Amino acid sequence: MGTDTPGIPIGGGIEGLDRTRPHTTRGTYLEVVHSWVVTVDHKKLGILYISYALIFLLVAGVEALLIRIQLSIPHNTFVSAASFNRLFTMHGTTMVFLVGMPILFGFGNYLIPLMIGARDMAFPRLNAFSFWISAFGGILLYYSFIGGVGLSGTGSAPDVAWFAYAPLTEKAFSPGHTVDYWAVSLIASGIGSIGTAINILATVFCMRCKGMTLMRIPLLPWLYAVVSFIVLVAVSPLTAAQAMLMIDRYLGGHFFDTQAGGSAILWAHFFWIFGHPEVYVLVLPAFAFANEIIPVFSRKAIFGYPAMVAASVAIAFISLGVWAHHMFTIGMTSFGNAFFTLSTMLVSIPTGIKTFNWLATIWGGKIRFETPMLFSIAFIFQFVIAGLTGIMLSISAWNWQTHNSYFVVAHFHYVLVGAIVFMIFAALYYWYPKITGRMLDDRLGKWHFWLMVIGFHITFDTMHIPGLLGMPRQIYTYEADRGWGTLNMIVSAGGFIQAIAVLIFVYNMVHSYFRGETAGADPWDAWTLEWSVPSPPPVYNFASDPVVSSRRPLWDLKHPEDQDAPYE
Amino acid sequence: MSTIPLQHVENEPWRLPSRGVVAMASLITAESAIFTIFVAAYLYYLGRDVVGPTPREVLEIPILGTVCLLSSSFFIVLAEHAITHARMKAFTLWWSVTILLGAIFLGDTAREWYKLIVHVHLTISTNLFGTTFYSLVGLHASHVIIGLLMMLVVFAFALTGKVEPAHAERVKVLALYWHFVDAVWVVVFTVVYLIGR
Repeated sequence: MGTDTPGIPIGGGIEGLDRTRPHTTRGTYLEVVHSWVVTVDHKKLGILYISYALIFLLVAGVEALLIRIQLSIPHNTFVSAASFNRLFTMHGTTMVFLVGMPILFGFGNYLIPLMIGARDMAFPRLNAFSFWISAFGGILLYYSFIGGVGLSGTGSAPDVAWFAYAPLTEKAFSPGHTVDYWAVSLIASGIGSIGTAINILATVFCMRCKGMTLMRIPLLPWLYAVVSFIVLVAVSPLTAAQAMLMIDRYLGGHFFDTQAGGSAILWAHFFWIFGHPEVYVLVLPAFAFANEIIPVFSRKAIFGYPAMVAASVAIAFISLGVWAHHMFTIGMTSFGNAFFTLSTMLVSIPTGIKTFNWLATIWGGKIRFETPMLFSIAFIFQFVIAGLTGIMLSISAWNWQTHNSYFVVAHFHYVLVGAIVFMIFAALYYWYPKITGRMLDDRLGKWHFWLMVIGFHITFDTMHIPGLLGMPRQIYTYEADRGWGTLNMIVSAGGFIQAIAVLIFVYNMVHSYFRGETAGADPWDAWTLEWSVPSPPPVYNFASDPVVSSRRPLWDLKHPEDQDAPYE
Repeated sequence: MSTIPLQHVENEPWRLPSRGVVAMASLITAESAIFTIFVAAYLYYLGRDVVGPTPREVLEIPILGTVCLLSSSFFIVLAEHAITHARMKAFTLWWSVTILLGAIFLGDTAREWYKLIVHVHLTISTNLFGTTFYSLVGLHASHVIIGLLMMLVVFAFALTGKVEPAHAERVKVLALYWHFVDAVWVVVFTVVYLIGR
């Protein structure tokens, strides 16, 4: 490649790419630990976020298995009713706040500066602060197991469910400190989330490399910017509501104190004003991963880039106006019912646009069925099914029949596991080589994928049925004559198949870290800037500031005769 | 093969928004959401008290504080203007006037709270009005305090000659926060002292 080669996004062309051999830091254990604790590097913080979330994923997974053991047969006495309440509260709270948000922020932290050609996030120290305060929140929540001695004295984690409806959380009904641990830990991790959201917005809009106009930002940073906006307007209300709860519990306030005229419904409104947009905070990063992975393994540019951006922004705004569909059975006017039914159904338009765009990207592509692509394809199918039950539940009349039943539990686990967890796995397979410099084992990956798909469908397809038969959520046991026994046994069995799949994945992560095939800078023949730097990337990210002229700078670099810019 | 795109890119000036402004705008968005929730709670609980006192009985319109706080926004604009044009003496003057006006507002709130707590015996645990009033007005007052502390830091640097015209953008970001604190007071004032009374 000569010096006169045109359209070179990175100084010096493909030979000019930084191919410095990544050096591993050596030092005593104390020095290594110290370097991780004081780091402000976005890559190290990203790894910290992801590791923190994966540890809690295992913890909350074990809690899910304990729940499933208890429910597998009628009249089971595996755990007590009180422990069961703690288990599902901690499972839900952990999965949303200590797994979902941190892992997504972890990928965002790691990838956004690399994808937009920046040296670091806009505010590296704020970044470190956000991680450590979130981590403090998580540790505080789990400290409640030993520190929150409640009335029973058995050591008490919170037992008020993840939405913690008032007035159950008031001092009169929840004495002791269980709810305090819950509220304070969520305030702490909420501050961390807001800090990270501010950081991501500033990074995406203010740190882009030369040539990366708004319509050339890869879709992952774009979607993270949208997610960050939702975090700002949705997590803040939760923080406000938690502050009110603490005022009630510690200063004798009456916000949710029904004896003094306070309203239990107001808490429900405040919680779901946070709670529903939170679903999109979790699912949009999953979309973002799909937007990066599906084109690379279909060997085509993403179909409908502007439509993808517009649909994401539309989801953000619609998501702010649908919260009361969680509250149809609380009782609303018929106008309220109609409004929230319609606004909820509106969500299916932008999500439908996204689904068709992914399908159109795959259509006619030269598909490579590597593990990340397998997870992505399963994601599309499962997300569509989750969306269909979502439309069913949005109809208020149907919702009255199935509210708080296992049908709802099956629906949202279809989104959370079938879409989000699947895409998190896809992302881990896809970017693990970039982060560690080594490939994850493909054979183990296939085992992981197929066991996961089979286990997932055994569990969550079946779970819809006891819901339709009337099984309510959050019950610790049930009568034998209800006809739910066999179904619950099947659901539990599927849960254990998924657990085996996850164990294979954990083994794969550890094994490949030491023994995996060396990845090189660009193992997937991909197109975004993170693949132009060595794996793992050097501390400084880019040896020279990149300049881009299209959405796929590495494509331009590899195919100087067929540049993207004229087609965008 | 086309050389046009890259040359185009190389030649065009590359301007990005200020990260300080974007970050402060984001923070203000988040804070607005928090205030919205407290305002919603205040409005929802108006007139639902089981026991007195009611706002109409005990609240007086805090004219002095409101005038001071709202006019401080004008003086901080003068300070921003001064530092942009490198007139550091004027900057220090307008900056100190802003701080003074903010402090008077805070003193006015303290006087109001003293009267309510000591003489009227309205505390945060008395009734719904007490709970919502002290949380909403207190939330705003805590923002005033944070703003004042940050402005005092800048003021201390200005007195020791450490603030230079190069810091104009940082000063503007801080001023943005102060404008937000002012704007929120317009809402809180309307809700608590006009609608609620």
